[in-house]
Amino acid sequence: MIRIDSVTKRYPDGTVAVDRLSLEIPDRAITVLVGPSGCGKTTTLRMINRMVEPSEGSILLDGTDIRQQPVNTLRRSMGYVIQNAGLFQHRTILDNIATVPRLLGTPKKEARARAAELMERVGLDSALAKRYPYQLSGGQQQRVGVARALAADPPVLLMDEPFSAVDPVVRKGLQDELLRIQDELGKTIVFVTHDIDEAIKLGTMVAVLRTGGRLAQFAPPADLLSAPADAFVEDFLGADRGIRRLSFFPSADLELQTAPIVGVDADADKLAARADAPYLLVTDLDGRPLGWGEPDRLTAGSVEREHLLDFGRPFVPGDDSLRTALDGAVLSPTGWAVAVDGDGRAVGVVSQQVIGEAIRAAHRRVARNTEVNAAR
Amino acid sequence: MNGFFDLPSDLQHSYLGLVGLHLREALIPVLAGLIVSLPVAQLCVRFRWIYPPVLGITTVLYAIPSLAFFVVLIDYFGQSETTVMIPLALYSLVVLVPAIVDGVRSVPPETLAAAEAMGLGAVRRYFQVQLPIAVPAIIAGLRVATVSSISLVSVGMLIGNQGALGNMLYDAQTYHRPALAVNSVLTIAVLGILADAVLVLVRILLTPWMPRKGATR
Repeated sequence: MIRIDSVTKRYPDGTVAVDRLSLEIPDRAITVLVGPSGCGKTTTLRMINRMVEPSEGSILLDGTDIRQQPVNTLRRSMGYVIQNAGLFQHRTILDNIATVPRLLGTPKKEARARAAELMERVGLDSALAKRYPYQLSGGQQQRVGVARALAADPPVLLMDEPFSAVDPVVRKGLQDELLRIQDELGKTIVFVTHDIDEAIKLGTMVAVLRTGGRLAQFAPPADLLSAPADAFVEDFLGADRGIRRLSFFPSADLELQTAPIVGVDADADKLAARADAPYLLVTDLDGRPLGWGEPDRLTAGSVEREHLLDFGRPFVPGDDSLRTALDGAVLSPTGWAVAVDGDGRAVGVVSQQVIGEAIRAAHRRVARNTEVNAAR
Repeated sequence: MNGFFDLPSDLQHSYLGLVGLHLREALIPVLAGLIVSLPVAQLCVRFRWIYPPVLGITTVLYAIPSLAFFVVLIDYFGQSETTVMIPLALYSLVVLVPAIVDGVRSVPPETLAAAEAMGLGAVRRYFQVQLPIAVPAIIAGLRVATVSSISLVSVGMLIGNQGALGNMLYDAQTYHRPALAVNSVLTIAVLGILADAVLVLVRILLTPWMPRKGATR
């Protein structure tokens, strides 16, 4: 565990970058430092590998002050990923990744073999191994940056706005990739960003810092959304706090109805049997949703697809959150969300009312848990 | 007799001998200049405040006529090659120091931060990151310094036959053989162009990592 113990960083000109900050960074989890520019988040990160020395306070790694070991030994035991990747432009991708193992004395061949393995892990084509950084896209360079940080298999990974300089689509891919890699490797990651959505998506714990380097709140993202500590945090979280919080509520318990689902080949009897439903979801012969139709306007045996209403975006119960389910329901003009299995076949439908009920139930559950925890 | 490449005996060298001598007198000072410039430039990068005075000094050195240097240096080194090469080495500093400083400074800050964060100490950062990335800028400086040094060597004829190919200019007057002057000028020009081409080639070989576009700047 990394323990930041009332650390202050004051510069000679009197500016205070970090002000009596204390944080306990849990092992094998992603801790995100987030805040507006000038809140000292990067300074805090850089104090962990001693690129910045604190003016006061101390930082403990597994109970030992980080100043106990030689600075370069400390740094080689912590992977570091930086904005724009910061690759060595004069070295091949493979040699970039092999940097730290080579510093640690791993033979060249072995280090390169390890580097090739890591390229695969971060989703880079092995054909890129002998290329130079200028031949790669920004997203690919950033993947190399992550691979380079992982090369010596350090227990700790420091990431300083690693995905800020790439476009939103690439960024989302990199974030998903990081979560996947983290699932496999379980590193202790400290991640700095100014993007609160990124913090909420990636963080197991999120530390919100305010200008002047003071900690505003340190909490899991769901708690941050449900109970911001003060007006600053609430303001920083931005609009849609309630909707975004739904990402943390599972959709698995939603009660799905299967009755309003009919195949495109449904005969008159089938349609008549379901005439009481306001809308019917029509699926193709494989069971994939096509769209909504009013029962009396559907023709038995041959449904005209162009008359069907949009079914929004389907959700996968269990995988997706209530947020996705609600999104699907409000996207469709019928107000119903479509649940599909992993192959995209409709497994049920659910109304806004039912989703609303599930949200209220989830709130009650959280409140109960909080009470139980408080009682302990 | 008296063919284009036949030289008067007082030059004490064959044509090719003079070419070799010329290259030696021109290149050794550039090499010496480079050896001096590297640490000086690194100091200028490390301690920003010394860069302006260093630039001032190299510029002043460049402004001193070589003849003035010779007058002083002859007392110590006589009418020798050394006397010719010392001013040339000093002249090269005015190009090389800023070239290396710019080259080292052109290393992106995030690259340096990454190097530091990965546990490369200052010495490793210099030799493994800053210097290799500065190679294109350093060679650009070397090209200017080399070509100017090759042409400046001729001035050594003023202190008695130490100007290599430049000595032919003096003989051209003495023996009324203008062909010698033409030969001298043409040879010096060709040497300059060849040396420049060699440096471009070295740059291309040393920097496979540079984007192809704009490779011959």
